[in-house]
Amino acid sequence: MVEMVTQEAPPLIRTEEKLKSCIQCGDCSSICPVGYLMDFPPSKIISALRAEIYPRVLSSDSVWFCVACSACTAVCPAQIPVTTGLMTRTKEELLMEGRVPEELKKALESTQRYGNPLGESPRKRTDWMRGMEDRVPLLGNGRSETDILWYVGDYASYHPRVQAATRALAELLHLLGVNFAILGNEEYSDGDSQRLAGEQGLFEMLAEKNGRVLKKYRFNKIITTDPHAYNALKNEYPRLGIVYPVQHYTEFLAERLEALQPLLRKPLGSTITYHDACYLGRVNKIYEAPRALLAAIPEATLVEMPHYGANSLCCGGGGGGMWLDGFHWEKARTRLSEWRIKEASSVGANILAVACPYETPRFEDAVKTTGKAEELTVKDISELLLDAIR
Amino acid sequence: MSGEIYVLIEHLQGQVLDISYILLAQARELAGNDAQVTAILLGHQAQALTAELAADEVFYYDHPLLETFTAEAYWKVLAGLLEERKPRLMLFGETTIGSETAGGLSMRLGLPLVSHCQKIVRDGAVLRWVSQLFAGKMLAEGDLPEGTALVTMQPGAFKPEQGKSRQSPKITPQPPADLSGLRTSVKQIIQPSGEDVDITRLDVLVSVGRGIQQKENIELAQALAESLNTVLAGSRPVVDQGWLPVSRLVGKSGKAVKPKLYLALGISGAPEHVEALGNVEMIVAINTDPNAPIFNLARFGATVDALDLLPVLSEKVQQAKGG
Amino acid sequence: MKTLVLIQMVPDLVEELIVDRDGTRLDSYNTHWVINEFDDFALEQAVLLKERQGGEVIVVAPAMEGVEDVLFTAAAKGADLLIRLNGDFEGEVNNHSLARQFFPFITQLKPDLILTGVSAHHRHDGALGALIAALADLPYIGYVAGVTVTDGKAVARKEYPGGIICEMEVQLPAVLGIQSPDTPPRYVPISKIRQAMKTAQIEEQEAGGADLSGGVAISRLIQPQASGHAVMLEGDLDQIAEKLVAIFKEQGVL
Repeated sequence: MVEMVTQEAPPLIRTEEKLKSCIQCGDCSSICPVGYLMDFPPSKIISALRAEIYPRVLSSDSVWFCVACSACTAVCPAQIPVTTGLMTRTKEELLMEGRVPEELKKALESTQRYGNPLGESPRKRTDWMRGMEDRVPLLGNGRSETDILWYVGDYASYHPRVQAATRALAELLHLLGVNFAILGNEEYSDGDSQRLAGEQGLFEMLAEKNGRVLKKYRFNKIITTDPHAYNALKNEYPRLGIVYPVQHYTEFLAERLEALQPLLRKPLGSTITYHDACYLGRVNKIYEAPRALLAAIPEATLVEMPHYGANSLCCGGGGGGMWLDGFHWEKARTRLSEWRIKEASSVGANILAVACPYETPRFEDAVKTTGKAEELTVKDISELLLDAIR
Repeated sequence: MSGEIYVLIEHLQGQVLDISYILLAQARELAGNDAQVTAILLGHQAQALTAELAADEVFYYDHPLLETFTAEAYWKVLAGLLEERKPRLMLFGETTIGSETAGGLSMRLGLPLVSHCQKIVRDGAVLRWVSQLFAGKMLAEGDLPEGTALVTMQPGAFKPEQGKSRQSPKITPQPPADLSGLRTSVKQIIQPSGEDVDITRLDVLVSVGRGIQQKENIELAQALAESLNTVLAGSRPVVDQGWLPVSRLVGKSGKAVKPKLYLALGISGAPEHVEALGNVEMIVAINTDPNAPIFNLARFGATVDALDLLPVLSEKVQQAKGG
Repeated sequence: MKTLVLIQMVPDLVEELIVDRDGTRLDSYNTHWVINEFDDFALEQAVLLKERQGGEVIVVAPAMEGVEDVLFTAAAKGADLLIRLNGDFEGEVNNHSLARQFFPFITQLKPDLILTGVSAHHRHDGALGALIAALADLPYIGYVAGVTVTDGKAVARKEYPGGIICEMEVQLPAVLGIQSPDTPPRYVPISKIRQAMKTAQIEEQEAGGADLSGGVAISRLIQPQASGHAVMLEGDLDQIAEKLVAIFKEQGVL
């Protein structure tokens, strides 16, 4: 039986009320990594609302630059939920009018139809574990109970590059003797990025489906590969009555460092810098666990980038950004991920460690486009840990 | 086989479209020495179009309202022909002209129709058809029933040259058709704005498909195309998205190309695309799906991600050029 | 103006296609049905015409797995009347029988314009639009990429190879086979579809019996046998790129 959760769902924020307390300091617009590209960066949207010229905001499409990194929300002195209350709301208005860039439209439609934004068949969601069936238990087909339910996620399941990290995590869980299982093909997208891109309805539909599946099984905790699923399960699902204890895999492993440490024997001999994922760090305040894991790797020198912790720079994948690269490139000829790669390089790192499935492919692309393939490698923490074991 | 095989000759603005010659070649192979191949030409002052048709005879219908194709006019004329003379077979292109002509005639006259056909072969007294279904993922086979059968065909095993003849066939003018009361008319024919390069004249083409995923990756492919002194072409999904202009569309509704080398990146090989590659000397295909139909057509292939390969390949090409 | 949109469901090619044990058709258990993309284009074109000049959009679709979603989505886009045609559409069906089953809606509803997709990849007996036009004795234009309607006439842009467009005029009522709409189909948020589920009604009609004549039976359905197959290049990206450069040189293009 699942322990009834002790955490409380965050209170629903009354955005309209909050907006009144905006002091127009402009911190949100200036800290926004793409604010300079927008016709209406956050503070300007608020002033447009006050001047009752919000329709002008809707006639611009530059809100699609927003990647829901939440830097604006974190910095607002009046604690206005800028990301969800303004940016996502504006995206939602555009979606209602059917005005959405083609790539994002395809990702949303794929999510509607296939339960994942990549447009892959749900029947192929577990293809990543081929050859590992003995080490990755599946719920369903007679098995209805486990200790840890590992919610794998879309990119971790389907993206060829990310699958390597998923397999590494599976291997780690197995080596640690964790009693875990996955939902397999019954798992639906967490939909958190789609929610932040304005599709609340889609998010709720996916949550209902996931909720029904989760109800069939007995487990004590959910762990997620990715911070977006973590965010959904921790902060949004409870609003919909779906409440389970949840951890990101880095938290889970960090709690088991005592058992993990002795296995980490191969020296790495590299300088690592860790990229704080927006939805792990800034939004959910998990900074130490990933670093503790990296510190446990023998001969790994850790360095911090100038933008670290709560100031971390977004990879550009959130809030729909994963499906708006063409839009972004067409209009701005820049890539957020390149900024981060240059920072990583500037602090002398040879390895950029990440803990979010969006980041591995995005940063690897940026490594190529900035010509740093010889100097910098991108690896998920799970891959680095496994490398230190094998 | 005995009897007659009719082939509908497709033309636009004074040019016979290649599919007509391909169909004549197929008809000739089926007919052998026993059956007659008759080209059916509807047009206006269009006798010159018969010059190279490899047919035994041409039935020619002349009328001002037949100058440019309309389904309505073709149905009227051909219904009369097929009711009167009952050929064993009438071949049409699986095209913007042939498809609707055959469909309307089939329903109107109660004649069996097989579409998306790749080839017809004789098996003793039986005519066996093979058609593509599911965007080329499957093939369907069957027998053509006795009597008159209508078939719309994709360009397949035959090349246009095989349907051309140095000797123009005998033209038999047909009685005038009654085309009063037509509800369809042609207003104008619009050429595509012609400033772009003509991809049908290029020796090398770098072509991108859905696998290119996002518009920003077009530039990666563009770099490779430039290093090979050519331009980018693409399949329908890429052009529909607006990532390449229509002038670069390779495929059924675009252009048929005949370069020495066609590099297909992230293209699956759907029939509408590959039918335009019949005259390509060598196809090299890059696609992450090992089962992509394009690999059945390509001489060389690799199952790597085109996006990963592009920068590496561009660099190696530059090096090879001494750059 | 009253526009009738005829919709077909087709097997989803994202999923694996499996041939049934009898070898002549797909295994229906493993087939997943989605709206035919060209019919989705036809629907979008119908809605665009309605937005420009008013009128009514009626959508008819055969009862198959997923058709309710398709119909409610059509309502969310702007369709006014949704009709689900009840019958057996997974058994013996072809475009000729479907045309005959759709035909009564033309006589009953008397639409000014009938739109359907130019083709569907799961049938080998011709284009539905052409078949139904002939049945209803209406003019037909296929491969249409763009439609305008004025004064009881439609102007359709018919696509020819090489990007050539033949602009044609046809008196209504007429049937058009849509290749692409004026603008790509709009996105419909889930909330709008859910709203449609609450407010829109799906009317049900019984289909007449299936008359397959005009189609030709399949005796064998098979995966294509590769008459040849590409020589696959192995190795890492560097090695493959090197092999390709060698091939380019051999072909005389480098």
